[in-house]
Amino acid sequence: MLVYLIRRLFNVAATLLVVSVVTFGIFFAVPKLTGSDPALMYAGRETNETALAGIRVKMGFDKPISEQYLLFVKGIFAGRDYDGGTGVTHCAAPCFGYSFKTEAPVWQTMMDRIPVTLSLALGAAVIWVLAGVATGVVSALKRRTAIDRTVMVGALAGVSLPIFFTGMVAPAIFVYSLGWLDVSNYKPLTEDPLAWLNSLILPWVTLAFLFAATYARITRATMLEVLGEDYIRTARAKGLKEGVVIRKHALRSTLTPIVTMFGLDLGGLLGGAVLTETTFNFQGLGTAAVAAISQGDLPVIMGVTLLAALFVVLANLIVDLLYAVIDPRVRLT
Amino acid sequence: MTAPLHDTSAETPAPVSVADVPAKAIEGRSPGRIAWMRLRRDKVALTGGVVVILLILVAIFAPLIVKLLGHDPNEFHEDLIDPDLGTPLGSLGGISSDYLLGVEPTNGRDVFSRIVYGARISLIVAFLAAFVSVVLGSFLGALAGFIGGWVDGVISRLMDLLLAFPQLLFTIALVSVVPNSVWGFEGSGVRMGVLILVIGFFGWPYIGRIVRGQTISLREREYVEAARSLGAGRGYILVKELMPNLVAPILVYTTLIIPTNILTEAALSFLGAGVKPPTSSWGKMLSDAVPIYQDDPMYMVVPGMTIFITVLAFNLFGDGLRDALDPKGS
Repeated sequence: MLVYLIRRLFNVAATLLVVSVVTFGIFFAVPKLTGSDPALMYAGRETNETALAGIRVKMGFDKPISEQYLLFVKGIFAGRDYDGGTGVTHCAAPCFGYSFKTEAPVWQTMMDRIPVTLSLALGAAVIWVLAGVATGVVSALKRRTAIDRTVMVGALAGVSLPIFFTGMVAPAIFVYSLGWLDVSNYKPLTEDPLAWLNSLILPWVTLAFLFAATYARITRATMLEVLGEDYIRTARAKGLKEGVVIRKHALRSTLTPIVTMFGLDLGGLLGGAVLTETTFNFQGLGTAAVAAISQGDLPVIMGVTLLAALFVVLANLIVDLLYAVIDPRVRLT
Repeated sequence: MTAPLHDTSAETPAPVSVADVPAKAIEGRSPGRIAWMRLRRDKVALTGGVVVILLILVAIFAPLIVKLLGHDPNEFHEDLIDPDLGTPLGSLGGISSDYLLGVEPTNGRDVFSRIVYGARISLIVAFLAAFVSVVLGSFLGALAGFIGGWVDGVISRLMDLLLAFPQLLFTIALVSVVPNSVWGFEGSGVRMGVLILVIGFFGWPYIGRIVRGQTISLREREYVEAARSLGAGRGYILVKELMPNLVAPILVYTTLIIPTNILTEAALSFLGAGVKPPTSSWGKMLSDAVPIYQDDPMYMVVPGMTIFITVLAFNLFGDGLRDALDPKGS
């Protein structure tokens, strides 16, 4: 177990290393090749050569790419000092540098935005797992009935609808026509729980519908397969009640692929529910990243990409550990 | 190759030529024929297939269709726009017999023509990206499953890594640093190339995983052993013995990855990383609709429903094909 965990954590570190090298390479090396100057991006348009030279030294743009990368990594773990000749700025660990545009520390920006993305993703996740698995199970048990067909048609529609479309249709109905909810007034949970809930319900349901559809389809297919297994027949033959057979025997193995998907999906969303945040105009990690990309704000792009990758690999790790809990046959070696 | 599986693909809905099969004789049916017979009975899947074919035809004959039924997709018609609100004159987003799906807010371009031309972008990107994924995924997946050992280790790690990559962000970022003209291509051509390569590249691990798993379970079968004992080389076994059995899962997955690609392309266009204006794309139309959909809902509904119907049609067909090719099915 411990050996397994160490090996997996090593894998997590390796993945993040590769993601960071690739991202760094693309955003710092490609501009160098195409001749655009990061110092110029940092300084804005109205500047002079001395100021640019100062920025280059201060931010380390004058150094080779490999050295810049090492400085970046060092900043994350040990903090970093920026010395432009006019005084030292210390950036405490974890230091992801400063935004080119706002000059705010990237770490701080990300921490400010995480609660929004977290609220959005976790709330939706609860809904979609419950709704998706429940409808999938019911559909499988009531195979070839009207319920099954209705659920499956709904699910197929769900997987075929883009969130940036439903994300407009839903507010058009529930906010602007009926006036039931207010999506524009996001407040942190700690400040105003009611406004928080009011603004999040619609994005949650919209986002969850999309995923619940996929989960219902997978749950149904897996459940039907599991119900045909020999051990289910054995369980029934030894006189177990149908409810126990379904819950204790069938549902358990059905959950394995669901948990795998859930890890990838939630991990992906935590790194920024880009489309949902954009459609509902939420100030989360996803919108931060999109804005940073359109402005060429390299440090923010780097930060969010790394954070997003971290979420995905950690979520996968947790999922693999969960396997051992769900399925006693799984040994972590 | 025991089964003419390609006969069941979307492009050839016509009955399979069975000229070499004597009439009324009791014949062993090849897996491909069984699949085709099942698919032919599946009305829902066939409807999906027909819609897919229609969409492909629309994309191919876009200029002709627009000439007959629409207006130049890039021509402004400001006379059709309410000068105060910026919304189209008339009800339902300016739908009329002349402008079948209404006109765009602000500029008054013909929505019908832009949807028709948008089908080209959407389908070209989705199909070619699927092609990239299928080629890479089948090759690397089969290689990993067949050779095993360190080759499998490297390829599997690579697949895990790609699945951990924040694809959407990465693609937007990449598009923003790619210059405007590369190798003689310019503007939208470059963007399309980038989209195809990136979507295709991030898509291959999904196929790769399936093919790898299939290959691992197939390589221990008796018939492979038989071929090996007859002195067949690795390359022969991989191409002649294993590949034919991998065709079915690859084919099914291809029809299911295309709708995903359509959604990804629309999402990227929605986020501003798609083809450049004035080239029309469905995702871009939706993002244009964001600021104005409260006043002109039709401009949101038309591209949204277009994407929905397209993706749904592919999914219906893909699902039906999967059921038809499932050896356990009845």
